[in-house]
Amino acid sequence: MTITSDRSTAGAPADRSTSTPLVPAAPVPAPAEPTATVTFSIDGIETTVPKGTLVIRAAEELGIQIPRFCDHPLLAPAGACRQCLVEVWAPGRDGSLAKMPKPQASCTLEAGPGMQVKTQHSSPEADKAQHGVMEMLLINHPLDCPVCDKGGECPLQNQAMSNGRATSRFVDVKRTFPKPISISTQILLDRERCILCQRCTRFSEEIAGDVFIDLQKRGAQQQIGTFDTQVLGFAGETPAGAAAEDLSGRPFASYFSGNVVQICPVGALTSAAYRFRARPFDLVSTASISEHDSNGSAIRIDHRRGVVLRRLAGEDPTVNEEWISDKDRFAFRWQSAPDRIETPLVRHRNEDGTRGELVPASWVEAFGAAAAGLRAAIDAGTGVGVLPGGRLTLEDAYAYGKLARVALRTNDVDGRARPHSDEEAAFLGHRVAGRTLEVTFADLDRAPLVLLVGLEPEEEGGVLFLRLRKAATQHRTRVVAVAPFASRGLARVAGTLLAAAPGTEAEVLDGIVADASDEALAAAGAALGEPGAVILVGERLAGVPGALSAVLRLAERSGARLAWVPRRAGERGGLEAGLLPSLLPGGRPVADAAARVDLAAVWGVDHLPDAPGRSTAAIVAGARDGSLGALVVGGVDPGDLPDPALARDALEKVGFVVSLEVRESDVTRRADVVLPVAPPVEKPGTFVTWEGRPRPFGQALVSHALPDHRVLDGLAAAMGVDLGLHSLADVHAELDQLGGWDGERVAAPDVAGDEPPQVPPGHAVLATWHLQLDAGRLQDGEPFLAGTAKRPVARVSAATAAQAGVADGAPLAVSTDAGTITLPALVTDMPDLVVWLPTNSPGSAVRDTLHADGGALVRIAAGTADPAQDEEV
Amino acid sequence: MAEPKKKPQPGAVAKRPATGEVSAPADGGYTSVIPPASGLRSALAPVGGFGVTLSNMFRKTVTEQYPSERVPTKPRYHGRHQLNRYPDGLEKCIGCELCAWACPADAIYVEGADNTPDEQHSPGERYGRVYQINYLRCIFCGLCIEACPTRALTMTNEYELAGPTRAGLIYEKQDLLAPLREGMLAAPHPMVEGTTDTEYYRGEVTGATDAQRDWVREHRPDDPTLPEGAGLEAANVLGPAAAVMAETVAAANRQGMR
Repeated sequence: MTITSDRSTAGAPADRSTSTPLVPAAPVPAPAEPTATVTFSIDGIETTVPKGTLVIRAAEELGIQIPRFCDHPLLAPAGACRQCLVEVWAPGRDGSLAKMPKPQASCTLEAGPGMQVKTQHSSPEADKAQHGVMEMLLINHPLDCPVCDKGGECPLQNQAMSNGRATSRFVDVKRTFPKPISISTQILLDRERCILCQRCTRFSEEIAGDVFIDLQKRGAQQQIGTFDTQVLGFAGETPAGAAAEDLSGRPFASYFSGNVVQICPVGALTSAAYRFRARPFDLVSTASISEHDSNGSAIRIDHRRGVVLRRLAGEDPTVNEEWISDKDRFAFRWQSAPDRIETPLVRHRNEDGTRGELVPASWVEAFGAAAAGLRAAIDAGTGVGVLPGGRLTLEDAYAYGKLARVALRTNDVDGRARPHSDEEAAFLGHRVAGRTLEVTFADLDRAPLVLLVGLEPEEEGGVLFLRLRKAATQHRTRVVAVAPFASRGLARVAGTLLAAAPGTEAEVLDGIVADASDEALAAAGAALGEPGAVILVGERLAGVPGALSAVLRLAERSGARLAWVPRRAGERGGLEAGLLPSLLPGGRPVADAAARVDLAAVWGVDHLPDAPGRSTAAIVAGARDGSLGALVVGGVDPGDLPDPALARDALEKVGFVVSLEVRESDVTRRADVVLPVAPPVEKPGTFVTWEGRPRPFGQALVSHALPDHRVLDGLAAAMGVDLGLHSLADVHAELDQLGGWDGERVAAPDVAGDEPPQVPPGHAVLATWHLQLDAGRLQDGEPFLAGTAKRPVARVSAATAAQAGVADGAPLAVSTDAGTITLPALVTDMPDLVVWLPTNSPGSAVRDTLHADGGALVRIAAGTADPAQDEEV
Repeated sequence: MAEPKKKPQPGAVAKRPATGEVSAPADGGYTSVIPPASGLRSALAPVGGFGVTLSNMFRKTVTEQYPSERVPTKPRYHGRHQLNRYPDGLEKCIGCELCAWACPADAIYVEGADNTPDEQHSPGERYGRVYQINYLRCIFCGLCIEACPTRALTMTNEYELAGPTRAGLIYEKQDLLAPLREGMLAAPHPMVEGTTDTEYYRGEVTGATDAQRDWVREHRPDDPTLPEGAGLEAANVLGPAAAVMAETVAAANRQGMR
């Protein structure tokens, strides 16, 4: 019914099927409308397919195997490898069948009416042609299968066995290349093995839009190569600016480069992280969902003897198709990092009240200590604040919410470990929570216009960018972004920029009307009025007062559909589970007495706390000034909070801290009780995507680690409260019983925007967002991946750079009273008096160093070159 | 169809009674092809079996006095495995896991790794970082030997495999590696200058070179396989599992000889 169950399909009780599930599963997409069809035969079997179907695809439908390398269902046909040759008889003008004089590539041939195709199964000619092609492909192939990472799962290896000659007739010297070339720190290219199918180059052109390798030279020397200005005669034409960003020193870097490793049909492209690590036969594969962003990309986890060795893209046409971002693919070692917490830890206070050392303890002891501490805080009347963080599964988030409201008797629970506002809480409660699947990936394809506000899809969205690019390139979706500058990602979706300095987003959004004087605003306003238009809002818009109110006004005015795209995998699930101080599960407002009664009945308590809770910032402040007696903290990095120094101070000063963590962190170092929890790979659960789509996943590794909901259940039991969330089935049963909410929603926010600040000389307004690959803790232990991250730069306009006395590429110091960040300046076409920094990249921890966020005033000046940093780069 | 016989012919086997339980052919039966004995032989037939006993009493005995006396196995006997080396001492194993793949008993576990300029264990890019054979599982079928693309894995004629613990019967790489011989230099060290893995496969490398010795001298001055080193004796130390097994076997042999 929700996430789980076959119960909804088979034999669901009648009363249950009438209520709305809390997070309903996505309906199975209806089969495409029947279009014009073509009837033809393959190997004598007559088949009817939609017009325009490729012969190779029709053969797949019939279960007829035709060998192929270059063919990929999601890439445009190329006919590059010629392995799929078949004999074709087609009706001529007079209607009589005539044989095409040469064998045809079935991957580029559209089925025609009356056509007769004979594959290698029925035509000796096709078979001979395929053997010939295979022999040619193998002439220069090194046949180093024993050392090749693809060995054992290699289409070339397999098809050479099924459709090739048993022995080689080639006796001469093979063409060799030095091996391998590092295209980036992660992607290695072995040109000897390449069969020039061009899947990789087509992927980077058609799907990702960042061409970093291409065909070079001709004839026998033809090869896939990097963009080398020497080889290609590109000198002087490398893209300005962007070329400097790549850490590896190449002109291009890609967040999606790992996909070419997966689609390479030979071992020409391999990843440094998986190089020589394992063979397919000793890997166990488990389907799962990526924990890195809110897209819920399907992945496949390959593990051996309890160790994850690699992750591959899973196939899900409704979400990620067959692509994932490099972060989804390569960043998994954090889950088995050496600083994993294996056992519960308890810290005893010294006699003077200072904190002693953390010592390992049994679960019973740790639960007892945690329960005693929390109970003391409740009895003292100061209460407990709960900070669950934004990376939880739906089940775990639900357990946090229930713990707070049932066991801790408080609404002081907030899953937002990032800049936030009360306006945002109202926006989420009003427009997002409980409204799942209102906008989906498929809607992007159909939308005439997608307006991005406070969202950089490539950096903050991952696969969302690929889907957006597909919509833009294949479905004529126009993309408009309200942002300080046009990023390379926006350029690749052929997007239009509505330039907005940080803090002025509300103003720009209010200006998007069909009769605006500005041409771009008017065009966007008109297109938003067309049916199907979509507004995508990023989480960092919470930092701009009035912007989310303006978004709601715009959606109201234009009729466009609205979706909120957070960065983290657990944000939307947390919202549905009620991890907001003003929100109960399913979008029930805390302030609504009917909603509280409804929920209290399900939870079996007399009443729920009715006082609105405190937000994350207020909880942190309360913990610091003593008005909160204890904290229960989930996977929260204080560095992500609006003021990290304040948060660390609060953790020091608060009376009692219970931390549920996978790894040692700034929180566990200050916690009184640390309860270890399982990372996603070691537990089953459900992530909810930004669409509101439940994405259940199973447990990949055998583990003793407990999921959060089980730990919280045990903690509550130690406090004498039965949460009833011991097993996943218990949680699902309760979620099903709970159902959705069709009553009143939280009232819409209506906050007026701030006046843009006066920028004194030597100052600028800070713009910032996270890069996809940065210094995040979930990317720890991945040096090869870190090497493909974009080099951190400080972006300023030419006029601002001149004002600060900084040349392009020279160090620019951005400072507040708290600290200084010095990065190379990159002159960008953007509003004056604005400086952009990556939020959490190496050398640029904005919140930690500056204690500031987007929209704040910062000082800018020419910086002094930091020799240590130069070395690092 | 032959006529039913009135009285049994000499040498003919009596017909089985047709009890109905087993559907034996109604007639015909089985006729022995051994010619029927006659005369004296027929008279001695009841004690003829003792002839075998008596004649063997004067034959040379075939009992092997193992372990006091060792009889060499046939040259292709499938004994304990060995990981071979090239003449310059580099390992032949490239960690490709084909042996593990071929193994019907799942007795072999291999992990590959990158050869680096500082750690070149085998010619080419890849070497076997972890190599384990579990002799509790191995059935000595030799499929791993057939699978090995570099002839790194072969079988010795050693058959004395016993140990007091299960863990001790899992042989690690250092237990399986072939002993270093004259002219070999302990790995890791660079490949012979100017060669690729192809020259190694073709057998064109015949021994360690001065450049390789210089490299080892620089990086591991105390290496026993250097000309000035402690010598092959010192270099060829048994791995932990092999050492325990050698002790166990020796002790068992001593006991057997008593």
